[in-house]
Amino acid sequence: MSVLIFAEAKNGQYKKTAHEVVFYGAKLASSVGTEAIVFTIGDGANAADLGKFGASKIWFNDAEASTDSQVVSALISQAAAKAGASHVVLSYSALGKAVAGRIAVKMDASLVSGANSLPEDSKINKSVFSGKAIASFELSGDKHVISLMGNSIKPEETGASGIPEAIQLEVPASKIKVLETKTVDGEVPLPEAELVVSAGRGMKGPENWGIIEDLANVLGATTACSRPVADTGWRPHHEHVGQTGVAIRPNLYIAVGISGAIQHLAGVNSSKTIVVINKDPEAPFFKAADYGVLGDLFDVVPRLTEALTKFKA
Amino acid sequence: MNLLVCISKTPETTAKISFTEGNSKFNQEGVQYIMNPYDEWYALVRAIELKEKHGGKVIAINVGPASNDIVIRKALAIGADEAVRVDAEADSSTFVAKQIATYAKDNAIDIVFCGKETIDYNGSEVAAITAEMMDLPFVSYASKMDFDGTVATIERDIEGGVEVVQLEKPFVLSAAKGLAEQRIPNMKGIMMAKRKPLNVIEAVAQESKAKIVSYSVPQGKQEVKMIDPENMDELVRLLHEEAKVI
Repeated sequence: MSVLIFAEAKNGQYKKTAHEVVFYGAKLASSVGTEAIVFTIGDGANAADLGKFGASKIWFNDAEASTDSQVVSALISQAAAKAGASHVVLSYSALGKAVAGRIAVKMDASLVSGANSLPEDSKINKSVFSGKAIASFELSGDKHVISLMGNSIKPEETGASGIPEAIQLEVPASKIKVLETKTVDGEVPLPEAELVVSAGRGMKGPENWGIIEDLANVLGATTACSRPVADTGWRPHHEHVGQTGVAIRPNLYIAVGISGAIQHLAGVNSSKTIVVINKDPEAPFFKAADYGVLGDLFDVVPRLTEALTKFKA
Repeated sequence: MNLLVCISKTPETTAKISFTEGNSKFNQEGVQYIMNPYDEWYALVRAIELKEKHGGKVIAINVGPASNDIVIRKALAIGADEAVRVDAEADSSTFVAKQIATYAKDNAIDIVFCGKETIDYNGSEVAAITAEMMDLPFVSYASKMDFDGTVATIERDIEGGVEVVQLEKPFVLSAAKGLAEQRIPNMKGIMMAKRKPLNVIEAVAQESKAKIVSYSVPQGKQEVKMIDPENMDELVRLLHEEAKVI
């Protein structure tokens, strides 16, 4: 028996989400009295440190990095079979969502996607109705696939680095050709960001975004926007958070000039702390906020940036 | 060309969410239902556009009781040619996917369209499971799609950007914002929908290994703390000392 954890490498690096799944998988393994084995695709060069988050073994397969769910799910389920895994743990990421269901079918396992707690007495929780409720799932059978919602556990370094071991697996041919990948380099992607500064129509125009970027820079935050802002092309589509955009749950969400329509709240209401800056006292967002600032954003935001700069120094 | 669009019925976005029977069942009383927006606005409309260009037919499939027919008729009014309802309670994503995969295999479907997720259970599971049950490639979070009748070129949303991929039919796709523009059914569409076939079929058996046993509501936020707009040092102090997020 074992818990097999799939750690996703991005350009050969392991980020926060990979640390989260390893730490979660290791806790799960110790609660069921078995070992935690990390599996990753690639040359394993930077995988040794994943041992620090509690994995007892680190396996890698030197296949080419792939985003094809057929290829990745085949590799993970072979690794799970080799490990005699009772549980497969992976991240609720773009890739994790595409492969989790496939692995559950291959293993004839139960599936919970976007879990935010460890299983207890075969029950596990996840957020449903866009954050308005929590559902408790009862798992049956002896095999389980769990994908973990980002930022629902704080990874801690509990052990030492491991020594990655190569494993041999059969790599299926892909039926999908990747023509191009267009991503923003250097910035923490929104679903992984702990701090997010988001702005809406109150900004009046794309030329005013400098104050948002200044605030994000001093915080080390990722920038986001509301739907109308993305729809009018003021900001790129991938920055749009809300029901039809990206759903996020950062530690801190600062909403600037966003009224807080229910569709926007659905994508951000799981954030740990919400700050709302708006000049309209009737803005519905204040009801969902922890801290509110009623004032003109063009005065308040630079003042907040200044206060944070002072605090950081 | 046969295009299958999976449509789900979900509570309307602003619906009040509450539970009954000892917090074990969703309280349907007074809840307005809609077609899941990703299924309706993006998956269904893009499938109809492809049919208009390349010919063939668009079939909408739903798993659920007769009370779902109102949502299915809307799909027909928007432009699906026919519909199928699998007459059973949709009690898990695996069960639903099994019904879709079985129907798709029996009916020579070229492309299966789903929404990227439902706005109630937010699992993103059905499309991936269906693809695996059919042993087909799967492209998730498609936000743009060109199709020449055989080869599809698709932009899909990934963390912090997009990936452009190419593949041949048959395949399964899940639709995100951008794939199409919402269509409002017109009077002619609504009238025609009444005459289009809506076939009710029996479900095939499929065990569900993850079942919801209870619900809870997250703890409510405390009253918002208003900060003097002149005093941002105070906000920084609270974020550091009270919220402990910086």
